[in-house]
Amino acid sequence: METVKLTIDNKEIEVPRGTTILKAAKELGIEIPTLCYMDLHDLNIENKPGGCRICVAEVQGRRNLAPTCSTKCEPGMVVKTHTARVLNARRTVMEFILSDHPKDCLICPKSGTCELQDMAHRLGIREIPGQEFAEMSTYRQDTSPSIIRELNKCIMCRRCEMMCNDVQTVGALSAFNRGFTAAVGPAFEQNLEYSSCTYCGQCVAVCPTGALTEVNHVPQVLKALNDPTKTVVVQTAPAVRAALGEEFGMEPGTLVTGKMTAALRALGFDYVFDTDFAADLTIMEEGTELLDRLSRHLKGDKSARIPILTSCCPGWVNFFEYYYPDMKDVPSTAKSPQQMFGAVAKSYFAEKIGINRKDMVVVSIMPCLAKKYECQRDEFSVDGNPDVDYSISTRELAAFIRQANIDIRNLHDEDFDSPLGESTGAGVIFGATGGVIEAACRTAYEIFTGKKLDRLDFTELRGMEGVRSATLDFNGTPIKIGIAHGLGNARKLLDDVKHGRSEFTAIEVMACPGGCIGGGGQPLHHGDSEIIKARAAAIYTEDRKKPLRKSHENPFIIKLYEEYLGKPGSEKSHHLLHTHYFDRKDKILVKK
Amino acid sequence: MSSIKIELRKEDVDFIKETCSKFNNDSQELINVLHGCQEHFGYLPAEVQEVISEYLNVPVAKIYGVVTFYSFFTMIPKGKHPISICMGTACYVRGAEKVLEEFKKELGIKVGESTKDNKFSLSSLRCVGACGLAPVVLVGDKTYGRVAPDDVKGILKEYE
Amino acid sequence: MSKYSMHLLVCGGTGCHAAESDAIVCNLRDELEAKVLTDKVQVIKTGCFGFCEKGPIVKVMPDNTFYVQVKPEDTQTIIDEHIIKGRKVTRLLFKDPSTKEAVSDSKHMDFYKKQMRIALRNCGFINPENIDEYIARDGYQALGKVLTEMTPDQVIREIKESGQRGRGGGGFSTGLKWELAKKSVSDEKYVVCNADEGDPGAFMDRSVLEGDPHSVLEAMAICGYCIGSSTGLIYIRAEYPLAIQRLKIAINQARENGLLGNNIFGTNFSFDISLKYGAGAFVCGEETALIHSMEGLRGEPTIKPPFPAESGYLGKPTNVNNVETFASIPAIILKGAKWYSSIGTEKSKGTKVFALAGKINNVGLIEVPMGTTLREVIFEIGGGIKNGKKFKGVQTGGPSGGCLTEKHLDTPIDFDNLIAAGSMMGSGAMIVLDEDDCMVSMAKFFLDFTVEESCGKCAPCRIGNKRLHELLGQICEGKGKIQDLDRLKNMSVVIKDTSLCGLGQSSPNPVLSMMENFRDEYLAHVTDKKCPAGQCKSLMKYIINAENCVGCTACARVCPVNAITGERKEVHLINQEICIKCGACYEKCKFDAIYIS
Repeated sequence: METVKLTIDNKEIEVPRGTTILKAAKELGIEIPTLCYMDLHDLNIENKPGGCRICVAEVQGRRNLAPTCSTKCEPGMVVKTHTARVLNARRTVMEFILSDHPKDCLICPKSGTCELQDMAHRLGIREIPGQEFAEMSTYRQDTSPSIIRELNKCIMCRRCEMMCNDVQTVGALSAFNRGFTAAVGPAFEQNLEYSSCTYCGQCVAVCPTGALTEVNHVPQVLKALNDPTKTVVVQTAPAVRAALGEEFGMEPGTLVTGKMTAALRALGFDYVFDTDFAADLTIMEEGTELLDRLSRHLKGDKSARIPILTSCCPGWVNFFEYYYPDMKDVPSTAKSPQQMFGAVAKSYFAEKIGINRKDMVVVSIMPCLAKKYECQRDEFSVDGNPDVDYSISTRELAAFIRQANIDIRNLHDEDFDSPLGESTGAGVIFGATGGVIEAACRTAYEIFTGKKLDRLDFTELRGMEGVRSATLDFNGTPIKIGIAHGLGNARKLLDDVKHGRSEFTAIEVMACPGGCIGGGGQPLHHGDSEIIKARAAAIYTEDRKKPLRKSHENPFIIKLYEEYLGKPGSEKSHHLLHTHYFDRKDKILVKK
Repeated sequence: MSSIKIELRKEDVDFIKETCSKFNNDSQELINVLHGCQEHFGYLPAEVQEVISEYLNVPVAKIYGVVTFYSFFTMIPKGKHPISICMGTACYVRGAEKVLEEFKKELGIKVGESTKDNKFSLSSLRCVGACGLAPVVLVGDKTYGRVAPDDVKGILKEYE
Repeated sequence: MSKYSMHLLVCGGTGCHAAESDAIVCNLRDELEAKVLTDKVQVIKTGCFGFCEKGPIVKVMPDNTFYVQVKPEDTQTIIDEHIIKGRKVTRLLFKDPSTKEAVSDSKHMDFYKKQMRIALRNCGFINPENIDEYIARDGYQALGKVLTEMTPDQVIREIKESGQRGRGGGGFSTGLKWELAKKSVSDEKYVVCNADEGDPGAFMDRSVLEGDPHSVLEAMAICGYCIGSSTGLIYIRAEYPLAIQRLKIAINQARENGLLGNNIFGTNFSFDISLKYGAGAFVCGEETALIHSMEGLRGEPTIKPPFPAESGYLGKPTNVNNVETFASIPAIILKGAKWYSSIGTEKSKGTKVFALAGKINNVGLIEVPMGTTLREVIFEIGGGIKNGKKFKGVQTGGPSGGCLTEKHLDTPIDFDNLIAAGSMMGSGAMIVLDEDDCMVSMAKFFLDFTVEESCGKCAPCRIGNKRLHELLGQICEGKGKIQDLDRLKNMSVVIKDTSLCGLGQSSPNPVLSMMENFRDEYLAHVTDKKCPAGQCKSLMKYIINAENCVGCTACARVCPVNAITGERKEVHLINQEICIKCGACYEKCKFDAIYIS
């Protein structure tokens, strides 16, 4: 590999050609501050518009200061990162940015996790000259079912725009206006509701300031918990346990399943259940649907569409409803685990404990913001009573725990309640990209072949590559599996399906890069993809530790079918656990 | 946000479709398409942008981003007689600001607005390149040179 | 041109066009028809003559009579007197301001004497809508020579040796730029002409395109041959309808004549050109922003490298030059690098077109050898300051440039001298300011432009310029403090030092140079709360001079806010608290009793 030698702050270093000054400096232990820059290299996501100009440094012989995030190292370069000129420039630019930013840090939802606030602290900004006559750029606030946009706090880092367009190809956000009034938003500055937004929340996940935040549902949950007439049931998604600890200073990848359960119980939930249970249920339904379609397809039935697409991810559902409405019969009709849980809790379980569904409040803890939208969809309610009442994110749960004076670090591990808290390892791995399809294969293989699997870890389905594929041998029948995470990657596979080029039998799609562990409601990764990888590792550890690792072996699932549903794909199952899709584009565009 | 809601007729949609196909429905030609549509409709309402979005396969947010970036494009219809005052440097130093003030006073509107009867709209622009005639005022296609504040009433009178 | 014994050349540039030159053309044709002269005399609508101050201009050939400020109703006189009777119409001739004598031939006018026209060589001489007239003046010979006698490397060497530097503002060597684009390996490359002249007060590119579009087309083809491209694109302002129309005609005529299209001059070189329209964004003059705009995106610049020569339009190697740069290329090829490099200064070769405007007698388009002094340009060619006022400064390089003063008048104009003096060449706008112009207000005016034109991508330009503008506004309103001058300077330096593209890197130049050259004026604003030029409304006071006031009450009656009190036949008084400084009383007073302090 060709290398270049250069000097940064009087230290010599040799780096591969093409390395940026920022990265070379990092190797020397010099942390040049950055604001708009973000690099999730494992996921192939990079944002460096060169817009904030905070990362500038002096390069000998250069007329102006160089943005180190995007200036490549050249042989013999002499770089200084903290001269008086650099420090003054950095401070002045920061003062500019702050002069056009609201000063309500004390009550901002991003307070404490705001990168702009941290930077102001790091640079020691103590005053903003000229603030008394500085005009501020102002925009209207927008509250959608999942996301709040407060563009007064936008600093034009363009991360959200990059996520929405380059990574997710959703195209809901774009920079608009120019100069001082420029910001990022949907067309015509309308509300997100009237855009192609899927509520995947990746924009929120990367926003360095309080410009994009989630809608907070904690107050409603608190109210329900304090209502003596309500039985409050909580379900927690697999990815939450692998990330919640980060909010309390634990190492990324620390599993806090037991502590989380204890905390939820301490918060006052009547039943602490697990979405993993519903994940096992999903496998039963979706797996049955897959096998049914596959066998009909193999018999030459043209109406049996192959590949089958997973449907547990609400961001993904929103995406194909908007961009591929003509293909809405391709994804599995199985509801997502969150909604299956809600449907079962408010029917089977409500009956079991003898209460009316109206007196039950189902709360979900999700790594996801689209789940907030999903539980509000009309088709997921009975007589106006939603199957899942409130969905709160991992971040909201952490805030709730802090507000309730619960010291989660020192709680003793507790178990989930029964019966909807019992799950297998297959349910756990739903949280990582490739997990749903791996779980499905564990079950589908045994049902399809009638044989026992001798190896449960389908490692060929794991990893962080955006699009992956593998062919599994189902006793002589090749099953081609496709996996995409990130909607841009999903689009590639979907276009193939649309044009009849797809060779896959089944495709798993997760809207968020990394799957649910990288969801829009997770603790902020601040651009560190190591965190996402650590969460994935934790998920697979939890799977390995489980005594049962195949959904169809979950005794409580077996019991649910025996007592209530009959068998997978039965009429009752269809009624409770399956759904249908809409053409979303028709609903939201300005009428033509 | 666009305040005007319009109903596109079939021939309007057809016009947009044709304009897009004239440029091979190539998203690279977005600006040329927008020029074509603005020339036809007089402005670029949200509905027009949405149809363009469909045929060029560009997210409508991106189109809105482009429309709001360039000062030539507008989402508000102009008056029957759009008045533009050149505020280029040459016109500025020769008193364009006073001429602009006079127009504002006479019409009772601000820059970027139209009169109630939609007869006149007022805008300022940067250098039409007729610096020899500074200050310059354009009404529709007609150019007025060496305009003094006293001339404003007379110019408006021509369009009564 | 042989069939006719006489030609009437009517300027059809935008300035003259706006002043009804079309009607003049029509009337002349009608008159000729009425007098049955159409087979002897031809009327030609040309591009800009340059002398816009005196437009519309009609030139009679072959005797070179130069009629100025012609009105449509003058046409009958021109035909009757000049064409039929052979007598010049004296009242339409240019009067030399010093000798007061009529000058009939433009060669003898101060405005033209010191000029040397290379880029503008054909402007005002040919009908831009007729390719034959361009060809008759050696048009497309350079392309022929290049294609049949020279290798691309030879052409590039010639351009490099000519020493030509890009006329768009950056001043980068044209030959070097072409060489870099040639070296890039790609299946497709592009030649782009930047005709998005957005600099307020600059109209040289438009004049070239209106007056001599083929010179640009020819040069683009030459460039295509050199770098290995078969596609040319002209990015032109949509606000230039006349230039667009003439370019379209020129492209069609060139295609019809086999000078664009496949196998030009029978060689295997093919090249064609199409138009891309700008839509009003000054930042698109920056080449990366221009390329994004051509791709149908927001015209936001991106960080260089990669330079367009490696990765430009559609990610392919792209060579971007501006109109004036291209327009000189055919002349360089035909007359040689030696000839071109003999003109100008050591590091700035050839000529430069300037748009002369502002408080100057002869507004217009001029082309002078590099190294001509500002004094020659302003006082000889430009005819000095309007209305006998005192010269105060000249803003070169538009809103990105600086303001030069008295002490710079004898500096030879070239790229490096202007930068050394705290300004820049820019695209060539020259705005002359006189004693009535306030240098704080001027700086604010330019910042107003930058704030409006900033794309918003990088923080220092998006917010910093806004803050600069606000602080200048404070100073104009008398709310400035002495420390604010240091703040102005620091903000300016940081914005220059940290902005992403040329727009922000140069936007504080007017502030810096004006603060440097007119420090006293800035100090007067912040310490004495006075505007010496009397421009800043908040800092001026209308005061009644008791000695002159006769108590006629005219001022009190005209005051829109009733700020003036006083009995009839007694001295009046202006209440400064109420006065809105509209100046109505000042205009009204017949006794010179109101003065401005």
